[in-house]
Amino acid sequence: MKKFALNGAGLLVALFAAFPVYWMIATSLKPNREIFSATPRPVPAEPTLEHYREILTGNLIPGVTFADFFLNSALVALATVLLSGLVALLAATAVARFRFRLRTTFLILLLVVQMIPLEALVIPLFLMIQRLGLYNTLPSLILTYLGFSLPFAVWMLRGFVAAVPKELEEAAAIDGASRAQTFRRILFPLVAPGLVATSIFSFITAWNELIFALTFINDQDRYTLPVAMTYFFGRDDTAWGSVMAASTLFTLPVIVFFLLVQRRMVSGLVAGAVKG
Amino acid sequence: MSLLTKSTGTAAARETPARRRPRVDRLPYLLLLPCLVIIGVLLLWPLGQVVGMSFYKLDSVRQLRGDREWPWVGFANYAQILGDPFFRTVLRNTVLFAAANVVLTMILGTVVGLLLNRLGKRMATFVASCVMLAWATPALTGTIVWKWIFDDTSGLVTWLFNKLPDGLSTALFGRSDWTGYGWFNDPLLFFSILTLVVVWHSFPFIAVSVLAGLKSVPSELQEAARVDGAGPWRVFWSVTFPALRPVFGILVVLSTIWDFKVFTQQFVLAGGTQDRSTFMLSIYSYAEAFSPPPKYGLGASIAVILTLILLVVTGVYVRMVLRQEDES
Repeated sequence: MKKFALNGAGLLVALFAAFPVYWMIATSLKPNREIFSATPRPVPAEPTLEHYREILTGNLIPGVTFADFFLNSALVALATVLLSGLVALLAATAVARFRFRLRTTFLILLLVVQMIPLEALVIPLFLMIQRLGLYNTLPSLILTYLGFSLPFAVWMLRGFVAAVPKELEEAAAIDGASRAQTFRRILFPLVAPGLVATSIFSFITAWNELIFALTFINDQDRYTLPVAMTYFFGRDDTAWGSVMAASTLFTLPVIVFFLLVQRRMVSGLVAGAVKG
Repeated sequence: MSLLTKSTGTAAARETPARRRPRVDRLPYLLLLPCLVIIGVLLLWPLGQVVGMSFYKLDSVRQLRGDREWPWVGFANYAQILGDPFFRTVLRNTVLFAAANVVLTMILGTVVGLLLNRLGKRMATFVASCVMLAWATPALTGTIVWKWIFDDTSGLVTWLFNKLPDGLSTALFGRSDWTGYGWFNDPLLFFSILTLVVVWHSFPFIAVSVLAGLKSVPSELQEAARVDGAGPWRVFWSVTFPALRPVFGILVVLSTIWDFKVFTQQFVLAGGTQDRSTFMLSIYSYAEAFSPPPKYGLGASIAVILTLILLVVTGVYVRMVLRQEDES
């Protein structure tokens, strides 16, 4: 009886958590007459890919396709991942491998900057981007997201670096390897899985971001996917089928990536955290 | 004893005269340099800027570009904001919203964490996977889906309320036909739905963290308490909760910080920055600064106030984390 109640509660929680995601996918597969009928069907009666065809072949905004926005987002996210991965690895190595005077100060700095309300930085970063002549360019976003993802990337990576046994590097040093060589040949390969986990986090940060993309980009053909979605979603008659198809295409990569690294994320998050 | 260790220590030091570190090692600082430059330029400098800008009258893009001068106004922006009854409404909204969301997220997250710990292995894996789904969903698309669920014509909630027996629906809410009902028009209702969306997004993290904490509490303690005749309520408050207290502390502080900063969900649910009755501090700051006519200086002063609030919360957080670092 007790087990029954527990399982029942479990099912309720599962339903609450997963239902919106299910409903998004289900709606994206329904023809319009099912979507706008007064009686919603729990399962698409006549599943169709027409909405996916619509957004993938048509123009979301005159002259610009879904693929363009997807590409903009992917470019920005990948550049952010590469840059923040490289810089974070160097910093994480410093914190995990060396004891130096400003180490604790630096760790506190990492925690504090993660708490800055990023929305508060829109105005001064807008100003900086204007002055650098980067307004309305994708690099303006890459630069911004680099700053946002870096503190957490360092915080997360330092655990992975610390987990690599120091003896391996010492052995290499005894064999005559220089410091640069030990880093490159011993440390980096062993830290690679952690680097992947961290990269995925940076990717998700950049992929999801809306406000800065909304503020820094003016031309529609340079919109990132979130901005494009907000745009064609704000019209009077929302084309829910297309919106849900676009949302599904936007969400699925994130969910896949997230599930790949969530176990590592949990331990990283409890200590010094940022939420996507 | 201590003398002995001390003397062997110095002896060892004498035997290998500072071979490894002849002087201050510059390498760690070199490795940190790019990171520090980026944090400095992209986070700390703008933070200083926003404080500076809050003391100027800034209301055109030309001023931002440097084509026009910036008139210094001292604390006028702050005086204007703090004297504005609307700001007090926004501040109250923000604080109440954050408080409600932290409490609800913590309760739901903890209950789910405890539940996951008690479920059988296969059921726990299934429920945890579903919970992960809510966590992984981006704030943007998660909110769009909830908006669709609350759509006023074909939304699921509208349909559900239409399904209620007319008499009951009229007795409870004063209406039986819900088609065309604006779920987002009334501020209280808007904030309730926003709470639903935010709690849905954030309880998974609490649940998973609590579960991780529970796994580290020896289950024998709970067993022993149970054998001694303690009920589940008692076991939780006397055994489980004290063991998890440090985790709870950090989770509460983190949730507070996040819930003060909610932006995307609010922005998407309200459909932009037109609906002032649903404003909270972060969107208020953004709207003042960027919706025409732009008032960057005023927006900056609101951002500073929000930052100051978060700074206090962050101080508590940093102390907690450092204490845990010391212990581990």
